[in-house]
Amino acid sequence: MSGLTRNCVARVIIQQLFNGLALGMAYALIAVGYSLVFGILRLINFSHGSIYAFSAHMALLFIGMQFGVIPAIAMSIVLTGLLGVIIDKTALEPLRKKNSIPMAALITTIGMSNIIQNLLMIFFNTERKPFPAFFDFGMIKLGNLQINSTQVVMCIVSLALLILLTLIINKTKLGLSMRATEQNAKAASLMGINTNFIISFTFFMGGASAAIAGALISGYYQIVYPGMGFMVGLKAFAAAVLGGIGVLYGSVVGGLVVGVSESFAATFIGSSYRDSIAFIILILVLILRPTGLFGKKDIKKV
Amino acid sequence: MLKVSGLNTYYGHIHALKGIDLEIKKGEIVSLIGSNGAGKSTTLGSIAGLVRSQSGTVTFLDNDITNMPPHNIVKLGISLSPEGREVFPALTVHENLKLGAYIKNDKRSIADSYERVYELFPRLKERIKQTAGTLSGGEQQMLAIGRALMSEPQLLMLDEPSLGLAPNLVLLVFELIESINKQGTTILLIEQNASMALSISHRAYVLETGKITMEGLAKDLADDPRVRKAYLGA
Repeated sequence: MSGLTRNCVARVIIQQLFNGLALGMAYALIAVGYSLVFGILRLINFSHGSIYAFSAHMALLFIGMQFGVIPAIAMSIVLTGLLGVIIDKTALEPLRKKNSIPMAALITTIGMSNIIQNLLMIFFNTERKPFPAFFDFGMIKLGNLQINSTQVVMCIVSLALLILLTLIINKTKLGLSMRATEQNAKAASLMGINTNFIISFTFFMGGASAAIAGALISGYYQIVYPGMGFMVGLKAFAAAVLGGIGVLYGSVVGGLVVGVSESFAATFIGSSYRDSIAFIILILVLILRPTGLFGKKDIKKV
Repeated sequence: MLKVSGLNTYYGHIHALKGIDLEIKKGEIVSLIGSNGAGKSTTLGSIAGLVRSQSGTVTFLDNDITNMPPHNIVKLGISLSPEGREVFPALTVHENLKLGAYIKNDKRSIADSYERVYELFPRLKERIKQTAGTLSGGEQQMLAIGRALMSEPQLLMLDEPSLGLAPNLVLLVFELIESINKQGTTILLIEQNASMALSISHRAYVLETGKITMEGLAKDLADDPRVRKAYLGA
């Protein structure tokens, strides 16, 4: 192998690594939504992928109404957070009140996912719509390495948000009441915590993080369509389980593993493998560590 | 201070409380005694808002609190240390107590509450940074009682505070209940250990299959042959 080709391979590896890290951080933002809701309700919210797709369409809608990109995204974040709350209040809370079986809530989230996706198709058509590359500042030069600025922005924004989320959960009174509700909702209510509010807030945070990821990934691929949440949602779910669902930093590591492996698989094995590699890794990890990389042993609610 | 009248509670088709009437006056220690399944915990759960009742009323300091959500009842001044302790296992002792003071905003009064609890239970102060799940049963019980005190309740309800404790700790817990009461907190107590409960209570109610069958001064009940036979093992 000549020096030139070796140099070329090294460059491709590094570029794919950054591509993977950027995607992975965005997956992590979606994965925390699964993780937060699972932590508090022991429920996998399968409508999360559609919530993510909803956010991208809202951002696109408001951009189209000439609100400017950043205000449009801000509005989409709030609306998507509220969508999460509405899903819980209209469909999931009534089930909790009736002490229904966990399976009922699970199937409800799948139903909700389809309803949202269908409404998006009705109001926005199924076609792929262009999304502005609103954070593309060209290439950044690091020595003789060239990195795409969009990837750097995605990494930094996601990381900052994940740190903020961790601080909220670990350092604030609201976060303490979230952790208390997660461990024992009955005892939390006896402390004076309005557990229904905490659950709504959790859904809001999950929706808002998905909306930020939605804006980032849409700006990265520059494309938006109603079915966009399906595969991304499943991959983020895989990331959450891979890292240990209910553990926040687990979602970050899981997201990075999924993002980087996807990016390498697409380059070195062939792009038709990009969607399956995350799940192959997931299955292998689960065989070795059934609770995920950082999962807690006892996941059952007492 | 607290008045329960005609309270009926069902679990599905099981009629758990069949028209309970009871009253607690300020400054008292009142105990509920009865065998397993008599409805003692359900009574406390109904007062605290954890269990919905189908009919009857609960009034506390002139507020109708029937079927009010638990987080609002705490704010009015009723605190429950539940059956089975129910501490937050992955949170530290300090965080558990902090949650006990969740409804309070005044920093100084929260600091006073910590001080009071750590004074009552010096053991907790030694374990301040330990997670609650690593504490022994007795320590968890102290934490549950301490946590319930953090909101400075006017009425403290204790569900089986001596359950599963070594005999010397049982004595300590009862001494603490008396001293909490002397500091001005009214107490409603559930106990399997009826003789201990009656020895520190002013008044008591006997519960049998969801109904109150006897009530009166604790010392009269302790001498009553029926109570002695059924609950005091004499």
